[in-house]
Amino acid sequence: MEQDSGPEGVRRALGRLLEAVLASRGEANAVFDILAVLQSEDHEETQEAVRACSRLFGALLERGELFVGQLPSEDSVMAGSQGATRKYKVWMRHRYRSCLNRLQELLVHPSFEVKELALSTFMKFVQLEGAHPLEKPKWDGYYLFPRQLLKAVVEGLLSPEDDCSLLLARFREYLEHDDIRYHTMQAATDTVGRVTDRHPEVPLTFWNNAFTLLSSVSLPRQERGISSFYVKHGELPRTWKVVHLKEHRKAFQGMWLGFLKHKLPLSLYKKVLVIMHDSILPHLAQPSLMIDFLTRAYDVGGAISLLALNGLFILIHQHNLEYPDFYRKLYGLLDPSVFHVKYRARFFHLADLFLSSSHLPAYLVAAFAKRLSRLALTAPPEALLMVLPFICDLLRRHPACRVLVHRPLGPELDADPYDPEEEDPAKSRALESSLWELQALQRHYHPEVSQAASVINQALSVPEVSIAPLLELTAFEVFERDLKKKGQGSVPLEFIPARGLLGQQDDFCAQHFTLS
Amino acid sequence: MGKARPAAARKRGAVAPAGAQGGRARPNPNPFEVKVNRQKFPVLGRKARHAVGQPGVSRARAVHKRTQTLLKEYKERDKSNVFTDKRYGEYSSTMSPEEKMMKRFALEQQRQHEKKSIYNLNEDEELTHYGQSLADIEKHNDIVDSDSDTEERGTLSAELTAAHFGGGGGLLHKKTPQQQGEEGGKPRSRRELIEELIAKSKQEKRERQAQREGALELTEKLDQDWKEIQTLLAHRTPKSENKDKKERPKPDAYDMMVRELGFEMKAQPSDRMKSEEELAKEEQERLQQLEAARLRRMHGEDEGSEARKPKHLSADDLNDGFVLDKDDRRLLSYMDGKMSIEEEQSREAGDGESEEEQGEDLSEEDPENSSDPDGHSDLESDMDSEEDCGWPSGEPRQAPGEGTTSIGHRAREAARNQLPYTFAAPESYEELKSLLSGRTREEQLVVVERIQTCNHPSLAVGNKAKLEKLFGFLLEYIGDLATDDPPNLQVIDKLVVQLYNLCQMFPDSASDSIKFVLRDAMHEMEGAVEARGRAAFPGLDVLVYLKIAGMLFPTSDLRHPVVTPALVCMSQLLTKCPVLSLQDVVKGLFVCCVFLDYVSLSRRFIPELVNFLLGILYIASPNKRGRSYTLVHPFRASGKNSELLVVSDEEDKATWQRRGLSLHWACGLKAQNKTEANHTRLSCLAVCLALVKGCAQFYSSLPSFYAIVRPLRALLMEHLAGRGHPPELQELCQSALANLEEPEPRCRPLVCAKSKPEPLKLFTPRLVKVLEFGRKQGSSKEEQERRRLIHKHKREFKGAVREIRRDNQFLARMQLSETLERDAERKRKVKQLFNSLATQEGEWKALKRKKFKK
Repeated sequence: MEQDSGPEGVRRALGRLLEAVLASRGEANAVFDILAVLQSEDHEETQEAVRACSRLFGALLERGELFVGQLPSEDSVMAGSQGATRKYKVWMRHRYRSCLNRLQELLVHPSFEVKELALSTFMKFVQLEGAHPLEKPKWDGYYLFPRQLLKAVVEGLLSPEDDCSLLLARFREYLEHDDIRYHTMQAATDTVGRVTDRHPEVPLTFWNNAFTLLSSVSLPRQERGISSFYVKHGELPRTWKVVHLKEHRKAFQGMWLGFLKHKLPLSLYKKVLVIMHDSILPHLAQPSLMIDFLTRAYDVGGAISLLALNGLFILIHQHNLEYPDFYRKLYGLLDPSVFHVKYRARFFHLADLFLSSSHLPAYLVAAFAKRLSRLALTAPPEALLMVLPFICDLLRRHPACRVLVHRPLGPELDADPYDPEEEDPAKSRALESSLWELQALQRHYHPEVSQAASVINQALSVPEVSIAPLLELTAFEVFERDLKKKGQGSVPLEFIPARGLLGQQDDFCAQHFTLS
Repeated sequence: MGKARPAAARKRGAVAPAGAQGGRARPNPNPFEVKVNRQKFPVLGRKARHAVGQPGVSRARAVHKRTQTLLKEYKERDKSNVFTDKRYGEYSSTMSPEEKMMKRFALEQQRQHEKKSIYNLNEDEELTHYGQSLADIEKHNDIVDSDSDTEERGTLSAELTAAHFGGGGGLLHKKTPQQQGEEGGKPRSRRELIEELIAKSKQEKRERQAQREGALELTEKLDQDWKEIQTLLAHRTPKSENKDKKERPKPDAYDMMVRELGFEMKAQPSDRMKSEEELAKEEQERLQQLEAARLRRMHGEDEGSEARKPKHLSADDLNDGFVLDKDDRRLLSYMDGKMSIEEEQSREAGDGESEEEQGEDLSEEDPENSSDPDGHSDLESDMDSEEDCGWPSGEPRQAPGEGTTSIGHRAREAARNQLPYTFAAPESYEELKSLLSGRTREEQLVVVERIQTCNHPSLAVGNKAKLEKLFGFLLEYIGDLATDDPPNLQVIDKLVVQLYNLCQMFPDSASDSIKFVLRDAMHEMEGAVEARGRAAFPGLDVLVYLKIAGMLFPTSDLRHPVVTPALVCMSQLLTKCPVLSLQDVVKGLFVCCVFLDYVSLSRRFIPELVNFLLGILYIASPNKRGRSYTLVHPFRASGKNSELLVVSDEEDKATWQRRGLSLHWACGLKAQNKTEANHTRLSCLAVCLALVKGCAQFYSSLPSFYAIVRPLRALLMEHLAGRGHPPELQELCQSALANLEEPEPRCRPLVCAKSKPEPLKLFTPRLVKVLEFGRKQGSSKEEQERRRLIHKHKREFKGAVREIRRDNQFLARMQLSETLERDAERKRKVKQLFNSLATQEGEWKALKRKKFKK
């Protein structure tokens, strides 16, 4: 068979075998040859074999030449005295099964082409098996779907060893079909549960794979959206679970809850929280079940807490969640790093939302304003340009807090009464203090910052300034803006002549650096 | 007939009843024609406009007008030819007949005076000035008491023209014989006839003129005679003398002007040489002015835009700042306290120029130059002027090349002599590089210097652009030098002076170039930040650019097109670039130094700097215990770099000596052994502590100084407590801490500036201008105006409709009367016919009867 080497020769040989098997049942043993090539080391040959298998079993499935029903063991059938046709069918079904086993192994093959081909072959079998089920329906109109097959695929995709993100991206195409999505969600729930049971230390790769798969599942927003099916059916009885969005949601919720109940690595926490408010919470059947996860994440601290805020906000706002000490924790979240993290815009957007209520007590708002202005002493200019208007907005919304910038008859103090270490905003004595920090920032080196800080010198004007356009401001935008700004007249010049690279005698550079 | 015209006419009639057509309103109208509209109630303040009217009169006026206009049109309705009367103002009712006549006459005159050719100068036409005849003016000037002449004007006297324009007076008289020659001969066309007529009239005029001149001469002669007699009559000598004076040809104003111009401005005494003290004083004043402008800009008072402009701009100024530059050198060199410098400099410059002029044949010049006895001092002064630009030489010079000055001098001298004297300005960066590459430091400097002198903007037109480009190339070259391994910092150090000079000449293009390199650096960083969330510290070139930007431009300005972006750039360097190695620490500290130098005058607050210093102190502190401070972004509390600057080797600590950090360490300093690395670490810590101290001094006046430096203080305490540092560092630590511990000024609560109290609302009535009674008031001005216009339109519309109706009635009446007339005529004619027939019949019958009778 392999007298002429190379993939071309293999292809031709396989083609011949394939035709022989399909032509007469007598040649059925050639299947072994095909399956043997499937074990080949060479990628090209394996691919050829996969293609051949796909055609072979595809044709057999369509012809109905595979045994339908509970598969008996091969030996018993062969020994038994059933008809030759039945024997053939059972035998062929066993070959089919061994072919599937091999394909599942190929899903973690080092070569991406092979993996992709195996995946598409699997999906083709899924489609054909759905159309020509290998199980007997229990009653009329019973919904048959090759669950086992799909589960095998999902298991292959959620490999604990390999990074399957590319393959998952390929698999995403199939997830557009509602039935595939539904069953994938179920299979994924199972797989995650099984893998975490089996391994005490689940590897990071698995979590990443699982997250990639889970996050690529997106439910339609409306019931009507469920209409595209991978396995074609004539009519869709209402009794099938797969046609109801509610069932989809349940499955979705089960999948995510099953995933999130485990102890996830921190990087994954962030990823989940980033998509939480947008693509997870709206699709859950019962969003309040996320409370546990979110509160836990909120308690972690740092950036994760910031991210959890968003989900929590949705729960509080739309699902009536009562969260004790919410503002206290929010206050605790304010540390110098909030100005430097990636999610600064999101955090301040939410903080703006939380503090927009006019029913908040004055001491709380004052504490926030004072804390923010204290932190502003360490912030870069782009953050300052955002946080200074924010502070001014707080003072505008809460006239009781205006004493922070205007205390005409206040006594002169020895020190700032504000206690930055105090975690409870109520005890921080912010209301007794003044925003001297803003006064210091009026001497900031950037002209716009100092301008923004100088707002407090005058009585605050009434209309609030929305900070929304400032949230996403980056230093590079500030830089470009400064570059483009045209001064009137010519550029002013330094009048002290330069003498050397390090400048004058009393410059810091000249004092501390040498050129040699 | 137009629709609105009668209405308008009526209105005008009402305003000015004494119109041309229509019955003139008599002063006291016929009482039988007057109709009085009786008012039921007198209303106060209402003007009764139509209380009294004369319906009969006005109706008659209307009918009259219609017969004049509408009826005429009606009668001519089927006629196609029109008779137009083009007599001027014939139908204008506003002109009186006299006016009409005047105008017509003027038009006629104008038509006659149209020139045949614009080049015909001889056609005399009156030249006027402000409506007065020029000739007239002249006459008045020349002849004082000649009241008789009214018509003689328009000619310059012959001797005048001869004197000023070289004659040409004969032209006037040549014309006559020519014309006379033309006369006689073939029959002439109409045009010729007219021309002849004109010529004749001109001739007559000329004759009259000649006559008058004759008369004038006679009068003058008479005057003279009279004078002679007068002296005999009455002995009034002074008067006669006076007359005598008048006799002399009066000097012309024009001539006087010419002479004056000739004598004027031959030479003026220049200002005397200023003494040394005066110059020093002037210089001081100039510096004070500049400082004042700087302060103004620092406080952001936008006024100083013209502060930097030189006071006097000569017409030859190329606007390239050349004056300022030159000014600088001279004045500053006087500050040096060396009188001779300026002369020497000028001589040097002169030498250079002559050398340039002589071109490439340098070999002959060389020995002379080198054999110059005071060549060395010459060169030294030259060096001074280049490097120091007149800085007090008493000040100790900066470290670079301190020991090798004399060697440097010699090398430079050699370089001076070996290089060609002229260089073309490079057109591309590669060109500049090829010019400079392979040369020694001194040679490179000389080359750049010579490029500058050879292409000074005052020498040729395109030089300005060339030098502007040179700035960009030099900047690029400096960047290359800084990224070289090892960086060629000495050359950069010298090139900075050239950059400064170029920048003084071309501020705008220089700022553009600097902006360009800064933008490049920022883009690179932005890309890195977006890709990986952090960026590495950039190469030494960016740091050097930042430093240079701070030297070329005033860093204390509130807002400056170059400095503000540079500040943002440095802030980015300090916040986005994590410190991963010792090299990064050196770079970061250099940026800190530059940053602090930028704000050294304005004392502005830099949060990033404090954060960065905190981080450096943190990674240098051996035992981290208390956490009363939080690190911010580029630094992490834990991790592999959290002990980057910790030195544990006691021996290294003992051998360490405080020195300045070398910039070489900032770029690719490899093969440092452990001891050296440890020493560098300690030096970094020393620099950091010094910077902390500097910050403390700068910011001690800030309102929340205590809150700003709290973390620094906590860390310093730790450092001190650790006692792991060499004694010198300990001292530094102590002094920095002492600065930080300055007693906090008492916190005064913030108070907003008092805003102007808003005036109370008063209950005075609002005053509205009443435009029209009986209309709704109290709306806005536009609305009122609109309503007024609508009302007016309505009224006019009604009036127009009424007029049209009346027109129609009038026409119908006319048609009816026409029909009646026609019918009557017909009736009459029929009657007449019948009459004649009846007579005929009667006659016939009578005849018949007669026959029968007969």
